[in-house]
Amino acid sequence: MITVKNLSKSFGKKRVLENISVTFRPGVTNLIIGSSGSGKTVLLKSIVGLHQIDEGEIWYGDDFFNIMGFKERRDIRKRMGMLFQGSALFDSLTVEDNVRFPMDMFSRMTLREKTNRVNFCLERVNIHNANRLLPSELSGGMKKRVAIARAIALNPDYLFCDEPNSGLDPLTAIVIDELIMELTKDFNMTTIVNTHDMNSVMETGEKVVFICNGKIEWEGSKSTILDSDNRLLNDFVFANSLAKRVKGH
Amino acid sequence: MESVLFETGRYFMLMGKVFRRPENHRVYYRQLTKELVLLGLNSVWIVVVISVFIGAVITLQTAYNTENPIYPTYLIGLGCRDTIILEFSSTVVALILAGKVGSSITSEIGTMRVTEQIDAIEMMGVNSAAFLIMPKIVATVLFNPFLTLISIAVGILGGWIAGVSAGVVTSADFIYGIQYEFIPYYVVYSLIKTVFFAFIISSVAAYKGYYVKGGSLEVGRASTVAVVINSVLILAVNVVLTQLMLS
Repeated sequence: MITVKNLSKSFGKKRVLENISVTFRPGVTNLIIGSSGSGKTVLLKSIVGLHQIDEGEIWYGDDFFNIMGFKERRDIRKRMGMLFQGSALFDSLTVEDNVRFPMDMFSRMTLREKTNRVNFCLERVNIHNANRLLPSELSGGMKKRVAIARAIALNPDYLFCDEPNSGLDPLTAIVIDELIMELTKDFNMTTIVNTHDMNSVMETGEKVVFICNGKIEWEGSKSTILDSDNRLLNDFVFANSLAKRVKGH
Repeated sequence: MESVLFETGRYFMLMGKVFRRPENHRVYYRQLTKELVLLGLNSVWIVVVISVFIGAVITLQTAYNTENPIYPTYLIGLGCRDTIILEFSSTVVALILAGKVGSSITSEIGTMRVTEQIDAIEMMGVNSAAFLIMPKIVATVLFNPFLTLISIAVGILGGWIAGVSAGVVTSADFIYGIQYEFIPYYVVYSLIKTVFFAFIISSVAAYKGYYVKGGSLEVGRASTVAVVINSVLILAVNVVLTQLMLS
């Protein structure tokens, strides 16, 4: 479980996050939604410690993340996996080497054990016969799946996904959404997904947090989001003409 | 002034992060061997080509500027040797490597920064600064002295070929000149300078890449700035080291 209490973050004089308090439970796909520039990525990066926060507390279970030193953070990060918006695969490494990288760094497995684990992770994300390919030879959807395989290589307790569907066609986006949901259930991970894709919200949003201008405006789930009377949320959810027509009917 | 202090402080803080105990020595060693090839071996050809031609030019210019019967012709070999050992093979080669190796380091690390690959490394619990930068610094500090030695040898060879083939000096006189009053300490001085320059080139270039913000345009700008800063630092440190070691 991840608990965020009264988190605030500014860049210079600009307040990007304001007094955010939220809890993310394990085994559930937690979504942070909001329009571009609303503060989703900053919140996610603040939770994982890639941004230094100004105020507030971040708890991983009973571990207080804010006060952790370099070594403690390093240890807890071994229990995290992250899927970045652009996949962030290492250009110079093959698919296999990318997935094996965290194991090379931290595990005492033999080469055969590592290779087996790599193959297991790649099969789990439906990537076949691509071990020797470089990231530049993969499609956008494949890159995302390889990045997910790398994120789960060390059996993490926490999975963070920043806009996992950006740049993907609707069908591939659904595949990625389902994959994230399945992995979350299978490994009982605490998963936080940043998205502005309403399709993803309706597919996977077991818990949904809506952020606008750096503040939490609404919390709920995919089953309650369409009935909300929050004006800002409705503006976001029913922004496109298809959604407006559906609402009209 | 404030910005210079800020950048200097951040550079030393980054170096503090770079020289921490590696998480896994075997992976770092593998990375080091890669960097030795990329930053060291792959620079041999450019050093050889430039050294041959500069050695040749130094010999010819020395010859044409000392066309006087009171100067013995073996001075041409001596002049070529000392110029190459004292300045060219350490300082000028360092300036060339600041362009080739420095810009490559900045753009590689800068691209990794803007495509979030560095964040991905951090997220795995790996010290990204140490993993990415330390092998590059160690590789250049270890390999560049060999480049200097290669440059000295090839530069003098280029001078000999040009001098003899242009008929400005006989082979015997040139060889006598390069042996005449040879001071081995000059080579040591040149190698020590090379080690300092190698550290400056790789660490400054890596620093500029590590803190890039933005996109490809900013990465390009950072590479240019890194080359400029490296060149100025190399020339400034050259003055200080020369005063310290030769006075």
